[in-house]
Amino acid sequence: MLIETKKLTKRFGGNVAVNEVDFTIEEGKINAIIGPNGAGKSTFFNLLSGSYTPSAGQVIYKGKDITKLSPDRIAKLGVARTFQTTNLFEQSTVLDNVIVGHRLRTKSNLWDAVLRTKRFAKEEKKCREKAMEVLDFVDLTHVMNQQAGSITQEEKKRVAFALALATDPEVVFLDEPTAGINPGETEGLADLMEKMVKRKITVCLIEHKMKMIMKLADKIMVLNYGEKIAEGTSEQIMNDPAVIEAYLGGDASA
Amino acid sequence: MGSLLKNRGWVIGALAVAILFPFVLPNAYFLHILTLAFIWMIAVYGLNLLAGYTGYLSLAHAGFFAIGAYALGLLTVKTEINYWLALVLACLITSAIGAVVGLVALRTREHFFAIYTLCVGYIIYLVIDKWDGLTGGVRGLIGIPVPSNIGPLSFETPLSQYYLVLFFLIFTVLVMYRIVHSLTGRTFIAIRNSEDLAQTIGISTMKNKLLVFVLSTFFAGLAGALYASFIRFIGPDIGYITIIFDLLTYLLVGGIGTLAGPIVGTFLIVAVSQSLQFLQDYRMLIFGPLLTLLIIFYPRGIVGAYYDWRMKHTAKKVKRTRKEQRYFESETVDAEKKVKEG
Repeated sequence: MLIETKKLTKRFGGNVAVNEVDFTIEEGKINAIIGPNGAGKSTFFNLLSGSYTPSAGQVIYKGKDITKLSPDRIAKLGVARTFQTTNLFEQSTVLDNVIVGHRLRTKSNLWDAVLRTKRFAKEEKKCREKAMEVLDFVDLTHVMNQQAGSITQEEKKRVAFALALATDPEVVFLDEPTAGINPGETEGLADLMEKMVKRKITVCLIEHKMKMIMKLADKIMVLNYGEKIAEGTSEQIMNDPAVIEAYLGGDASA
Repeated sequence: MGSLLKNRGWVIGALAVAILFPFVLPNAYFLHILTLAFIWMIAVYGLNLLAGYTGYLSLAHAGFFAIGAYALGLLTVKTEINYWLALVLACLITSAIGAVVGLVALRTREHFFAIYTLCVGYIIYLVIDKWDGLTGGVRGLIGIPVPSNIGPLSFETPLSQYYLVLFFLIFTVLVMYRIVHSLTGRTFIAIRNSEDLAQTIGISTMKNKLLVFVLSTFFAGLAGALYASFIRFIGPDIGYITIIFDLLTYLLVGGIGTLAGPIVGTFLIVAVSQSLQFLQDYRMLIFGPLLTLLIIFYPRGIVGAYYDWRMKHTAKKVKRTRKEQRYFESETVDAEKKVKEG
């Protein structure tokens, strides 16, 4: 168990977006969060990565309470994430976009930059090498020197993966990683997630593509109206009456 | 590194022109205008680092320019300390006030930040204008000394002042180049792209934003201090709103978020507005529409447009060579096949 949430709750005014969710993320596995639109999946992600502060409850990462830490501190502890939309700097190259991902593992400051110290040279090289390494991992070496604005949607998703991986994470949260790309490409990204797990990086993702999730995930949690309605393996989830009701609506008997 | 090599011709050319200009065209009026333009460029570089590379459009920079100018003026006129010490202190005072303003202002974003800093800039102007006892109010501050001698170097003549300001401009460009082409610069750019994303890759956005804000006020202060000792008279109007919009125009025309933008934009606008002097304020009838068109079609200014053009050009070249390669490869495959078959 890498991350554990205890009665995690987020309220926006009178609206409860996430309601007392207990969830555990298993180390070295693919964990998935599914649920209808507006179920609170993204909010839940934002609570885990520190973008939102919970109204109540706790987030425990490797036995340490990280509930109130800022996102950058959480990232330094080894938690990375991607967003639904990938914000890349389109005018610069793919490689340039990824280099900054390793920034959090470096110490050089303004003086190192202005005076071009030894540490500066060493860390610039380190970040560049890291960027090349993760771009190789996501199979993007061939577009490395192209403008980020000129690559395909699927390649942009891979760049987002690479950026997250450049932070040397232990766990990566992927917010709808395959939204807006075609089935063939979806498979490629699923393979990439499996490859990440083989590299001892825990994966946790939000997804809408049921078929893919059922095949891919080791563990699934289903959210509906901010509450956890089911948790377990894909078989357990598929046969769960509460899940069927949430997805198909009406009575479970219908 | 690559971009430096590619641009080396431009850099050496511009430097040579700047150094040789006073000898080729020994004209006191041009020298004065150019020196002033260099001072503005330094201030625009400060603005560029914040607005162009970090995405925070500060409209308080005329205020910080004035703080730098008044700090130098007051220190040299009223306390009569050494000029160079006063110059350093002026920059530090401006940065310190910048840090305090930044701590509050950077809690806002986007247009709220612009409006907030616009107000701060106006308050700085008002304080200078109304605080008669310290600043001399509307009467301004006169008798600011020229930079004192460094060994055999004296800065009495306009020519020596020209080179002094040029020196500081080169210093500014060098510092900017090194910041932008470093992990620190990449950090700033990451904040401009998406603050949320920057945070999730472990960047402390507040700390970095404050650093940029202070740096940019430092350069505004440096420019202001140089202005004070060059013109030797300052009034509250150097902190007025119109100055910040001048600086912003220079930046937008040249290219926001580009290294050469501040030089190109400032030089061009200063040159054009000098040559259109006979039109007086009707010049704005020409500038207004031109600026609007430029922002619509070239949001990254002249330098940005040049970069885009060059990028497209190389992309085309890459495509062409790839095509040729593929053609060549298929040719060889065909040839091999033929060899095997035959």
